[in-house]
Amino acid sequence: MIAHDERYARGGRPRVVITGIGLTAPNGNNLAEFRASLLAGRSGVRRYEVRYFGETLAGVCDFDALKYQNRKELRRGTRAGSVGIYSANEALADSGLDWPNIDKSRVGVFIGVTEHGNVETENEIYELKGYNYDTSFWSHHHNPRTVANNPAGEVALNMQITGPHYTIGAACAAGNAGLIQGMQMLWLDECDVAYAGGVSESIHTFGIFASFRSQGALAEHADPTRASRPFDRERNGIVVAEGGCVFVLERLEDAVRRRARIYGEVVGHSINTDATDFVLPHAERQAECVALALRRAGLAPDQVDIVSTHATGTVSGDRQECVALRQVFGDAGHSCFNNTKSFIGHGMGAAGALELAGNLASFDDGVCHATINLDEIDPECQLNGLVVNQPREIGEVSTILNNSFGMLGINSAVVVRKYVG
Amino acid sequence: MTPAEIRDEVLDILSDIAPDEDLSGLKDDVAFREQLELDSMDFLDIVMELRKRYRVQIPEEEYPQLASMASTVTYLTPIMKDIQKTG
Repeated sequence: MIAHDERYARGGRPRVVITGIGLTAPNGNNLAEFRASLLAGRSGVRRYEVRYFGETLAGVCDFDALKYQNRKELRRGTRAGSVGIYSANEALADSGLDWPNIDKSRVGVFIGVTEHGNVETENEIYELKGYNYDTSFWSHHHNPRTVANNPAGEVALNMQITGPHYTIGAACAAGNAGLIQGMQMLWLDECDVAYAGGVSESIHTFGIFASFRSQGALAEHADPTRASRPFDRERNGIVVAEGGCVFVLERLEDAVRRRARIYGEVVGHSINTDATDFVLPHAERQAECVALALRRAGLAPDQVDIVSTHATGTVSGDRQECVALRQVFGDAGHSCFNNTKSFIGHGMGAAGALELAGNLASFDDGVCHATINLDEIDPECQLNGLVVNQPREIGEVSTILNNSFGMLGINSAVVVRKYVG
Repeated sequence: MTPAEIRDEVLDILSDIAPDEDLSGLKDDVAFREQLELDSMDFLDIVMELRKRYRVQIPEEEYPQLASMASTVTYLTPIMKDIQKTG
Protein backbone atom coordinates (compact mmCIF):
# COMPACT_ATOMS: atom_id res chain seq x y z
CA MET A 1 0.00 0.00 0.00
CA ILE A 2 1.04 3.59 -0.56
CA ALA A 3 0.04 6.58 1.48
CA HIS A 4 -3.14 8.33 0.36
CA ASP A 5 -1.38 11.55 -0.65
CA GLU A 6 1.12 9.62 -2.80
CA ARG A 7 -1.63 8.24 -5.00
CA TYR A 8 -2.35 11.61 -6.51
CA ALA A 9 -0.36 14.24 -8.32
CA ARG A 10 -0.94 17.25 -10.50
CA GLY A 11 -4.28 18.67 -9.49
CA GLY A 12 -5.44 15.60 -7.63
CA ARG A 13 -5.22 13.29 -10.61
CA PRO A 14 -4.21 9.73 -9.88
CA ARG A 15 -0.59 8.93 -10.71
CA VAL A 16 -0.26 6.66 -13.74
CA VAL A 17 2.55 4.19 -14.32
CA ILE A 18 3.75 1.87 -17.09
CA THR A 19 3.66 -1.76 -15.97
CA GLY A 20 4.02 -3.65 -19.24
CA ILE A 21 5.62 -3.16 -22.64
CA GLY A 22 4.97 -5.13 -25.82
CA LEU A 23 6.47 -4.15 -29.12
CA THR A 24 7.63 -5.08 -32.55
CA ALA A 25 10.26 -2.95 -34.22
CA PRO A 26 12.31 -3.55 -37.36
CA ASN A 27 15.25 -4.53 -35.12
CA GLY A 28 13.54 -6.37 -32.29
CA ASN A 29 10.33 -8.13 -31.31
CA ASN A 30 10.42 -7.38 -27.60
CA LEU A 31 12.00 -4.72 -25.41
CA ALA A 32 15.12 -6.78 -24.63
CA GLU A 33 15.86 -7.40 -28.32
CA PHE A 34 15.05 -3.82 -29.25
CA ARG A 35 17.24 -2.41 -26.49
CA ALA A 36 20.12 -4.72 -27.43
CA SER A 37 19.90 -3.52 -31.03
CA LEU A 38 19.87 0.13 -29.97
CA LEU A 39 22.96 -0.34 -27.82
CA ALA A 40 24.72 -2.39 -30.51
CA GLY A 41 23.98 0.14 -33.27
CA ARG A 42 21.93 -2.44 -35.19
CA SER A 43 19.64 -0.98 -37.86
CA GLY A 44 16.38 -2.53 -38.96
CA VAL A 45 16.26 -0.83 -42.34
CA ARG A 46 16.53 -2.90 -45.49
CA ARG A 47 15.72 -2.96 -49.17
CA TYR A 48 12.02 -3.31 -49.78
CA GLU A 49 9.73 -3.50 -52.76
CA VAL A 50 6.21 -2.20 -52.83
CA ARG A 51 3.54 -2.43 -55.54
CA TYR A 52 3.68 0.24 -58.28
CA PHE A 53 6.50 2.08 -56.53
CA GLY A 54 9.24 -0.50 -56.99
CA GLU A 55 12.32 -0.82 -54.87
CA THR A 56 12.86 1.44 -51.92
CA LEU A 57 14.02 1.20 -48.31
CA ALA A 58 11.93 0.46 -45.25
CA GLY A 59 11.98 -0.69 -41.67
CA VAL A 60 10.31 -4.11 -41.80
CA CYS A 61 9.12 -6.17 -38.83
CA ASP A 62 9.41 -9.96 -38.64
CA PHE A 63 7.35 -10.77 -35.55
CA ASP A 64 5.49 -14.08 -35.43
CA ALA A 65 1.98 -13.03 -36.39
CA LEU A 66 0.68 -16.53 -35.63
CA LYS A 67 1.73 -16.28 -31.98
CA TYR A 68 -1.59 -14.70 -30.96
CA GLN A 69 -3.78 -15.15 -34.07
CA ASN A 70 -4.75 -18.07 -36.26
CA ARG A 71 -4.51 -17.95 -40.04
CA LYS A 72 -8.18 -17.15 -40.49
CA GLU A 73 -7.93 -14.14 -38.17
CA LEU A 74 -4.89 -12.93 -40.07
CA ARG A 75 -6.72 -13.29 -43.36
CA ARG A 76 -9.73 -11.37 -42.15
CA GLY A 77 -7.94 -8.58 -40.28
CA THR A 78 -5.40 -5.93 -41.12
CA ARG A 79 -1.66 -5.74 -40.67
CA ALA A 80 -2.15 -2.83 -38.27
CA GLY A 81 -4.54 -4.97 -36.27
CA SER A 82 -2.05 -7.80 -36.24
CA VAL A 83 0.77 -5.51 -35.10
CA GLY A 84 -1.51 -4.23 -32.35
CA ILE A 85 -2.58 -7.71 -31.27
CA TYR A 86 0.99 -8.93 -31.06
CA SER A 87 2.13 -5.84 -29.14
CA ALA A 88 -0.81 -5.84 -26.72
CA ASN A 89 -0.51 -9.55 -25.92
CA GLU A 90 3.22 -9.17 -25.37
CA ALA A 91 2.52 -6.21 -23.09
CA LEU A 92 0.02 -8.28 -21.13
CA ALA A 93 2.52 -11.13 -20.70
CA ASP A 94 5.14 -8.62 -19.61
CA SER A 95 2.82 -6.93 -17.12
CA GLY A 96 2.09 -10.00 -15.05
CA LEU A 97 -1.57 -9.00 -14.81
CA ASP A 98 -3.82 -11.78 -13.53
CA TRP A 99 -5.73 -11.63 -16.81
CA PRO A 100 -8.39 -14.34 -16.22
CA ASN A 101 -9.50 -12.49 -13.11
CA ILE A 102 -9.46 -8.98 -14.57
CA ASP A 103 -12.84 -7.36 -15.25
CA LYS A 104 -12.56 -6.88 -19.02
CA SER A 105 -15.21 -4.16 -18.97
CA ARG A 106 -12.70 -2.05 -17.00
CA VAL A 107 -9.97 -2.42 -19.62
CA GLY A 108 -9.52 0.08 -22.45
CA VAL A 109 -7.55 0.05 -25.70
CA PHE A 110 -6.18 3.33 -27.09
CA ILE A 111 -4.02 2.97 -30.16
CA GLY A 112 -2.41 5.86 -32.00
CA VAL A 113 -2.35 5.74 -35.80
CA THR A 114 -0.84 8.05 -38.36
CA GLU A 115 -3.36 6.82 -40.90
CA HIS A 116 -5.49 3.74 -41.32
CA GLY A 117 -7.23 2.18 -44.29
CA ASN A 118 -4.87 3.16 -47.07
CA VAL A 119 -3.37 -0.32 -47.28
CA GLU A 120 -6.72 -2.09 -47.39
CA THR A 121 -8.26 0.35 -49.87
CA GLU A 122 -5.25 0.12 -52.13
CA ASN A 123 -5.42 -3.68 -52.07
CA GLU A 124 -9.10 -3.66 -52.95
CA ILE A 125 -8.63 -1.26 -55.84
CA TYR A 126 -5.78 -3.40 -57.12
CA GLU A 127 -8.06 -6.44 -56.99
CA LEU A 128 -10.92 -4.55 -58.57
CA LYS A 129 -8.77 -3.60 -61.54
CA GLY A 130 -8.76 -7.32 -62.43
CA TYR A 131 -12.58 -7.15 -62.67
CA ASN A 132 -12.70 -4.05 -64.82
CA TYR A 133 -13.63 -1.91 -61.83
CA ASP A 134 -16.98 -3.69 -61.39
CA THR A 135 -17.80 -2.78 -57.79
CA SER A 136 -19.81 -5.97 -57.28
CA PHE A 137 -16.40 -7.57 -56.73
CA TRP A 138 -15.53 -5.14 -53.91
CA SER A 139 -14.99 -7.06 -50.69
CA HIS A 140 -17.47 -7.08 -47.83
CA HIS A 141 -14.37 -7.05 -45.61
CA HIS A 142 -13.49 -3.54 -46.76
CA ASN A 143 -15.52 -1.62 -44.19
CA PRO A 144 -14.53 -3.54 -41.05
CA ARG A 145 -10.92 -3.43 -42.18
CA THR A 146 -10.88 0.29 -42.88
CA VAL A 147 -13.00 1.80 -40.12
CA ALA A 148 -10.68 4.09 -38.21
CA ASN A 149 -10.99 2.11 -34.97
CA ASN A 150 -9.87 -1.12 -36.67
CA PRO A 151 -6.45 -1.66 -35.03
CA ALA A 152 -7.80 -1.01 -31.52
CA GLY A 153 -10.96 -2.99 -32.23
CA GLU A 154 -8.99 -6.00 -33.42
CA VAL A 155 -6.99 -5.90 -30.17
CA ALA A 156 -10.20 -5.76 -28.12
CA LEU A 157 -11.76 -8.61 -30.12
CA ASN A 158 -8.66 -10.76 -29.83
CA MET A 159 -8.28 -10.22 -26.08
CA GLN A 160 -12.02 -10.16 -25.30
CA ILE A 161 -11.77 -6.65 -23.86
CA THR A 162 -15.19 -5.06 -23.42
CA GLY A 163 -14.24 -1.61 -22.14
CA PRO A 164 -13.72 1.38 -24.44
CA HIS A 165 -11.56 1.01 -27.54
CA TYR A 166 -10.63 3.42 -30.27
CA THR A 167 -7.72 4.75 -32.23
CA ILE A 168 -6.29 8.21 -31.95
CA GLY A 169 -5.46 9.74 -35.32
CA ALA A 170 -2.55 12.04 -34.64
CA ALA A 171 -0.19 11.78 -37.63
CA CYS A 172 3.30 10.96 -36.41
CA ALA A 173 2.57 12.18 -32.89
CA ALA A 174 0.17 9.25 -32.51
CA GLY A 175 2.35 7.02 -30.34
CA ASN A 176 2.55 9.68 -27.66
CA ALA A 177 -1.10 10.60 -28.18
CA GLY A 178 -2.20 7.00 -27.55
CA LEU A 179 -0.22 6.92 -24.33
CA ILE A 180 -1.65 10.26 -23.21
CA GLN A 181 -5.20 9.13 -24.01
CA GLY A 182 -4.74 5.98 -21.95
CA MET A 183 -3.48 8.00 -19.01
CA GLN A 184 -6.39 10.41 -19.25
CA MET A 185 -8.92 7.57 -19.35
CA LEU A 186 -7.39 6.23 -16.15
CA TRP A 187 -7.68 9.71 -14.65
CA LEU A 188 -11.35 9.77 -15.63
CA ASP A 189 -11.95 6.35 -14.09
CA GLU A 190 -13.21 5.08 -17.46
CA CYS A 191 -10.99 2.03 -17.03
CA ASP A 192 -8.57 0.41 -14.59
CA VAL A 193 -6.13 -0.94 -17.15
CA ALA A 194 -5.23 0.83 -20.38
CA TYR A 195 -3.50 -0.69 -23.37
CA ALA A 196 -2.05 2.41 -24.94
CA GLY A 197 0.49 3.15 -27.64
CA GLY A 198 0.67 3.18 -31.41
CA VAL A 199 0.91 1.02 -34.52
CA SER A 200 1.80 1.41 -38.16
CA GLU A 201 1.26 -0.72 -41.26
CA SER A 202 2.16 2.11 -43.61
CA ILE A 203 4.94 0.32 -45.49
CA HIS A 204 2.25 -1.81 -47.15
CA THR A 205 0.86 1.09 -49.14
CA PHE A 206 2.75 2.56 -52.07
CA GLY A 207 1.09 5.90 -51.46
CA ILE A 208 3.11 6.90 -48.45
CA PHE A 209 6.40 6.25 -50.25
CA ALA A 210 5.27 8.00 -53.42
CA SER A 211 3.97 11.00 -51.51
CA PHE A 212 7.19 11.42 -49.53
CA ARG A 213 9.19 11.09 -52.73
CA SER A 214 7.05 13.67 -54.49
CA GLN A 215 7.62 15.90 -51.50
CA GLY A 216 11.38 15.37 -51.79
CA ALA A 217 11.37 13.77 -48.36
CA LEU A 218 12.06 10.05 -49.00
CA ALA A 219 15.51 8.86 -47.94
CA GLU A 220 17.82 7.16 -50.39
CA HIS A 221 21.19 5.57 -49.69
CA ALA A 222 23.27 2.80 -51.24
CA ASP A 223 23.52 1.16 -47.82
CA PRO A 224 20.00 0.72 -46.36
CA THR A 225 21.31 0.71 -42.80
CA ARG A 226 22.83 4.16 -43.37
CA ALA A 227 19.77 5.76 -44.93
CA SER A 228 18.06 7.08 -41.80
CA ARG A 229 20.43 9.80 -40.63
CA PRO A 230 18.79 12.59 -38.65
CA PHE A 231 20.95 15.67 -38.02
CA ASP A 232 23.58 14.56 -40.57
CA ARG A 233 24.58 17.07 -43.22
CA GLU A 234 23.94 14.48 -45.95
CA ARG A 235 20.50 13.37 -44.76
CA ASN A 236 17.95 13.28 -47.54
CA GLY A 237 14.66 12.26 -45.99
CA ILE A 238 12.56 9.71 -44.17
CA VAL A 239 12.81 5.92 -44.14
CA VAL A 240 9.29 4.61 -43.63
CA ALA A 241 8.94 1.80 -41.10
CA GLU A 242 6.24 -0.42 -39.70
CA GLY A 243 5.97 -1.39 -36.08
CA GLY A 244 3.97 -1.21 -32.92
CA CYS A 245 4.34 -0.57 -29.24
CA VAL A 246 1.67 -0.96 -26.59
CA PHE A 247 2.09 -0.07 -22.93
CA VAL A 248 0.05 -1.41 -20.06
CA LEU A 249 -0.90 1.62 -17.97
CA GLU A 250 -2.34 1.45 -14.48
CA ARG A 251 -2.90 3.79 -11.60
CA LEU A 252 0.08 3.76 -9.27
CA GLU A 253 -2.08 2.58 -6.40
CA ASP A 254 -3.25 -0.50 -8.33
CA ALA A 255 0.23 -1.30 -9.58
CA VAL A 256 1.74 -1.11 -6.11
CA ARG A 257 -1.07 -3.18 -4.64
CA ARG A 258 -0.35 -6.07 -7.00
CA ARG A 259 3.42 -5.57 -6.67
CA ALA A 260 3.79 -4.95 -10.40
CA ARG A 261 7.08 -4.15 -12.02
CA ILE A 262 6.93 -0.41 -12.70
CA TYR A 263 8.87 0.82 -15.74
CA GLY A 264 8.20 4.46 -15.00
CA GLU A 265 5.61 7.06 -14.10
CA VAL A 266 4.10 9.36 -16.72
CA VAL A 267 4.56 12.69 -14.98
CA GLY A 268 4.13 15.20 -17.79
CA HIS A 269 2.49 15.49 -21.15
CA SER A 270 1.51 18.04 -23.74
CA ILE A 271 -0.16 18.18 -27.13
CA ASN A 272 -0.45 21.44 -29.04
CA THR A 273 -0.78 22.67 -32.61
CA ASP A 274 1.34 24.85 -34.89
CA ALA A 275 -1.62 26.17 -36.87
CA THR A 276 0.85 27.39 -39.47
CA ASP A 277 1.23 24.77 -42.24
CA PHE A 278 0.09 21.37 -43.50
CA VAL A 279 3.59 19.96 -43.49
CA LEU A 280 6.28 22.34 -42.29
CA PRO A 281 6.95 22.24 -38.54
CA HIS A 282 7.10 25.30 -36.36
CA ALA A 283 9.87 25.50 -33.76
CA GLU A 284 8.15 28.02 -31.52
CA ARG A 285 5.07 25.83 -30.99
CA GLN A 286 7.28 22.76 -30.51
CA ALA A 287 9.23 24.61 -27.82
CA GLU A 288 5.96 25.59 -26.15
CA CYS A 289 4.83 21.97 -26.26
CA VAL A 290 8.02 20.69 -24.62
CA ALA A 291 7.99 23.48 -22.04
CA LEU A 292 4.37 22.75 -21.14
CA ALA A 293 5.07 19.05 -20.63
CA LEU A 294 7.95 19.93 -18.31
CA ARG A 295 5.88 22.50 -16.45
CA ARG A 296 3.11 19.96 -15.88
CA ALA A 297 5.76 17.53 -14.62
CA GLY A 298 7.06 20.18 -12.25
CA LEU A 299 10.52 19.78 -13.69
CA ALA A 300 13.15 22.18 -14.98
CA PRO A 301 14.90 21.39 -18.26
CA ASP A 302 18.15 20.57 -16.50
CA GLN A 303 16.37 17.79 -14.61
CA VAL A 304 15.78 15.85 -17.83
CA ASP A 305 18.41 13.18 -18.33
CA ILE A 306 17.46 11.95 -21.81
CA VAL A 307 15.61 13.76 -24.57
CA SER A 308 14.30 11.34 -27.18
CA THR A 309 14.10 13.52 -30.28
CA HIS A 310 11.49 13.17 -32.99
CA ALA A 311 13.82 14.13 -35.88
CA THR A 312 13.00 12.16 -39.02
CA GLY A 313 15.88 12.99 -41.31
CA THR A 314 14.30 15.81 -43.27
CA VAL A 315 16.28 19.02 -43.64
CA SER A 316 13.61 21.34 -42.31
CA GLY A 317 12.09 19.11 -39.64
CA ASP A 318 15.37 18.29 -37.92
CA ARG A 319 16.44 21.94 -37.87
CA GLN A 320 13.13 23.15 -36.46
CA GLU A 321 13.21 20.62 -33.64
CA CYS A 322 16.78 21.60 -32.79
CA VAL A 323 15.76 25.26 -32.66
CA ALA A 324 12.96 24.31 -30.28
CA LEU A 325 15.19 22.16 -28.09
CA ARG A 326 17.93 24.79 -27.88
CA GLN A 327 15.26 27.29 -26.89
CA VAL A 328 14.03 25.08 -24.04
CA PHE A 329 17.27 23.49 -22.89
CA GLY A 330 19.75 26.27 -23.71
CA ASP A 331 23.35 25.28 -23.18
CA ALA A 332 22.75 23.72 -19.79
CA GLY A 333 24.58 20.62 -20.94
CA HIS A 334 23.00 18.16 -18.52
CA SER A 335 20.57 16.43 -20.87
CA CYS A 336 21.56 13.79 -23.39
CA PHE A 337 19.75 13.85 -26.76
CA ASN A 338 19.29 10.79 -28.94
CA ASN A 339 17.26 9.61 -31.91
CA THR A 340 15.77 6.16 -32.41
CA LYS A 341 14.62 6.70 -35.99
CA SER A 342 18.26 6.59 -37.03
CA PHE A 343 18.09 2.84 -36.28
CA ILE A 344 14.65 1.78 -37.44
CA GLY A 345 13.36 4.55 -39.66
CA HIS A 346 10.13 6.36 -38.99
CA GLY A 347 7.60 4.05 -37.37
CA MET A 348 4.82 6.58 -38.06
CA GLY A 349 1.92 5.88 -35.67
CA ALA A 350 4.17 3.62 -33.61
CA ALA A 351 7.14 5.98 -33.56
CA GLY A 352 6.45 7.91 -30.38
CA ALA A 353 5.66 4.81 -28.34
CA LEU A 354 8.55 2.76 -29.73
CA GLU A 355 11.02 5.56 -29.17
CA LEU A 356 9.89 6.00 -25.57
CA ALA A 357 10.09 2.24 -24.95
CA GLY A 358 13.61 2.07 -26.36
CA ASN A 359 14.69 4.71 -23.86
CA LEU A 360 12.83 3.39 -20.80
CA ALA A 361 15.42 0.66 -20.39
CA SER A 362 17.95 3.37 -19.51
CA PHE A 363 16.29 3.62 -16.08
CA ASP A 364 17.81 0.19 -15.46
CA ASP A 365 21.05 0.20 -17.42
CA GLY A 366 22.01 3.87 -17.09
CA VAL A 367 22.95 4.10 -20.75
CA CYS A 368 21.69 6.55 -23.36
CA HIS A 369 21.59 4.99 -26.81
CA ALA A 370 22.88 7.14 -29.63
CA THR A 371 21.71 8.71 -32.81
CA ILE A 372 23.57 6.72 -35.46
CA ASN A 373 24.63 7.46 -39.02
CA LEU A 374 25.87 10.88 -38.01
CA ASP A 375 29.08 11.46 -39.95
CA GLU A 376 29.05 15.23 -40.12
CA ILE A 377 26.52 17.23 -38.22
CA ASP A 378 24.40 19.84 -39.94
CA PRO A 379 25.61 23.03 -38.20
CA GLU A 380 22.00 24.03 -37.69
CA CYS A 381 21.37 20.80 -35.78
CA GLN A 382 23.94 21.35 -33.07
CA LEU A 383 22.67 20.16 -29.71
CA ASN A 384 24.85 20.30 -26.65
CA GLY A 385 24.57 16.73 -25.34
CA LEU A 386 23.74 14.91 -28.57
CA VAL A 387 24.89 11.29 -28.19
CA VAL A 388 26.57 10.50 -31.47
CA ASN A 389 27.00 7.02 -32.98
CA GLN A 390 28.00 5.25 -29.75
CA PRO A 391 25.86 4.79 -26.63
CA ARG A 392 26.89 6.81 -23.62
CA GLU A 393 27.05 5.56 -20.04
CA ILE A 394 25.49 8.30 -18.00
CA GLY A 395 24.90 6.46 -14.76
CA GLU A 396 21.68 7.27 -13.00
CA VAL A 397 18.79 8.08 -15.34
CA SER A 398 15.63 9.30 -13.69
CA THR A 399 13.79 11.43 -16.30
CA ILE A 400 13.08 10.97 -20.01
CA LEU A 401 11.36 13.42 -22.32
CA ASN A 402 9.90 11.93 -25.50
CA ASN A 403 9.08 14.19 -28.47
CA SER A 404 6.73 13.19 -31.27
CA PHE A 405 5.49 15.59 -33.92
CA GLY A 406 3.33 15.21 -37.01
CA MET A 407 1.72 16.72 -40.08
CA LEU A 408 -0.94 19.39 -39.77
CA GLY A 409 1.19 20.84 -37.01
CA ILE A 410 0.51 18.38 -34.19
CA ASN A 411 3.17 18.36 -31.47
CA SER A 412 3.40 16.10 -28.46
CA ALA A 413 5.76 15.53 -25.58
CA VAL A 414 5.68 13.01 -22.75
CA VAL A 415 7.79 13.05 -19.59
CA VAL A 416 8.41 9.78 -17.78
CA ARG A 417 10.20 9.46 -14.44
CA LYS A 418 11.76 6.45 -12.88
CA TYR A 419 9.61 5.16 -10.04
CA VAL A 420 11.59 4.56 -6.92
CA GLY A 421 8.80 3.59 -4.52
CA MET B 1 -18.48 -28.66 -64.37
CA THR B 2 -19.62 -31.93 -62.92
CA PRO B 3 -21.00 -32.16 -59.38
CA ALA B 4 -17.68 -33.68 -58.30
CA GLU B 5 -15.75 -30.75 -59.81
CA ILE B 6 -18.07 -28.27 -58.15
CA ARG B 7 -17.51 -30.01 -54.82
CA ASP B 8 -13.74 -29.78 -55.30
CA GLU B 9 -14.05 -26.10 -56.10
CA VAL B 10 -16.17 -25.34 -53.03
CA LEU B 11 -13.73 -27.32 -50.91
CA ASP B 12 -10.88 -25.24 -52.33
CA ILE B 13 -12.74 -22.05 -51.49
CA LEU B 14 -13.38 -23.32 -47.96
CA SER B 15 -9.70 -24.09 -47.50
CA ASP B 16 -8.95 -20.43 -48.28
CA ILE B 17 -11.68 -19.08 -46.03
CA ALA B 18 -11.02 -21.42 -43.11
CA PRO B 19 -7.31 -22.20 -43.38
CA ASP B 20 -7.09 -23.54 -39.83
CA GLU B 21 -9.79 -26.18 -40.33
CA ASP B 22 -9.23 -29.82 -41.24
CA LEU B 23 -11.61 -30.38 -44.15
CA SER B 24 -10.70 -33.99 -44.82
CA GLY B 25 -13.59 -35.33 -42.76
CA LEU B 26 -16.22 -32.88 -43.95
CA LYS B 27 -19.66 -34.49 -43.99
CA ASP B 28 -21.61 -33.40 -47.07
CA ASP B 29 -25.05 -33.77 -45.53
CA VAL B 30 -24.26 -31.85 -42.33
CA ALA B 31 -24.44 -28.06 -42.25
CA PHE B 32 -21.10 -26.27 -42.61
CA ARG B 33 -21.77 -24.31 -39.45
CA GLU B 34 -22.17 -27.51 -37.43
CA GLN B 35 -18.74 -28.71 -38.52
CA LEU B 36 -16.71 -25.55 -39.12
CA GLU B 37 -16.25 -22.19 -37.45
CA LEU B 38 -17.98 -20.14 -40.12
CA ASP B 39 -19.89 -16.91 -39.66
CA SER B 40 -21.94 -14.75 -42.00
CA MET B 41 -18.85 -12.99 -43.37
CA ASP B 42 -17.40 -16.38 -44.30
CA PHE B 43 -20.54 -17.29 -46.25
CA LEU B 44 -20.26 -14.00 -48.07
CA ASP B 45 -16.69 -15.04 -48.91
CA ILE B 46 -18.04 -18.21 -50.53
CA VAL B 47 -20.46 -16.12 -52.58
CA MET B 48 -17.72 -13.65 -53.54
CA GLU B 49 -15.25 -16.35 -54.52
CA LEU B 50 -17.79 -18.06 -56.78
CA ARG B 51 -18.45 -14.67 -58.35
CA LYS B 52 -14.75 -13.95 -58.82
CA ARG B 53 -13.78 -17.37 -60.10
CA TYR B 54 -16.78 -18.22 -62.28
CA ARG B 55 -18.90 -15.07 -62.44
CA VAL B 56 -21.69 -16.97 -60.68
CA GLN B 57 -24.19 -14.55 -59.18
CA ILE B 58 -26.10 -15.92 -56.21
CA PRO B 59 -29.11 -13.84 -55.17
CA GLU B 60 -29.26 -13.08 -51.46
CA GLU B 61 -32.52 -14.94 -50.98
CA GLU B 62 -30.78 -18.11 -52.15
CA TYR B 63 -27.87 -17.97 -49.70
CA PRO B 64 -29.59 -20.64 -47.50
CA GLN B 65 -28.89 -23.08 -50.35
CA LEU B 66 -25.22 -22.89 -49.30
CA ALA B 67 -25.87 -24.39 -45.86
CA SER B 68 -24.10 -27.71 -46.48
CA MET B 69 -21.82 -29.16 -49.11
CA ALA B 70 -24.62 -31.38 -50.46
CA SER B 71 -27.11 -28.52 -50.77
CA THR B 72 -24.44 -26.24 -52.27
CA VAL B 73 -23.49 -28.75 -54.96
CA THR B 74 -27.13 -29.49 -55.71
CA TYR B 75 -27.85 -25.79 -56.02
CA LEU B 76 -24.81 -24.99 -58.17
CA THR B 77 -24.94 -27.99 -60.51
CA PRO B 78 -27.52 -26.57 -62.99
CA ILE B 79 -25.95 -23.11 -62.72
CA MET B 80 -22.40 -24.29 -63.39
CA LYS B 81 -23.00 -27.24 -65.72
CA ASP B 82 -21.81 -25.31 -68.78
CA ILE B 83 -18.85 -23.65 -67.04
CA GLN B 84 -15.35 -25.08 -67.55
CA LYS B 85 -13.29 -25.66 -64.42
CA THR B 86 -10.33 -23.33 -64.22
CA GLY B 87 -7.01 -23.52 -62.44
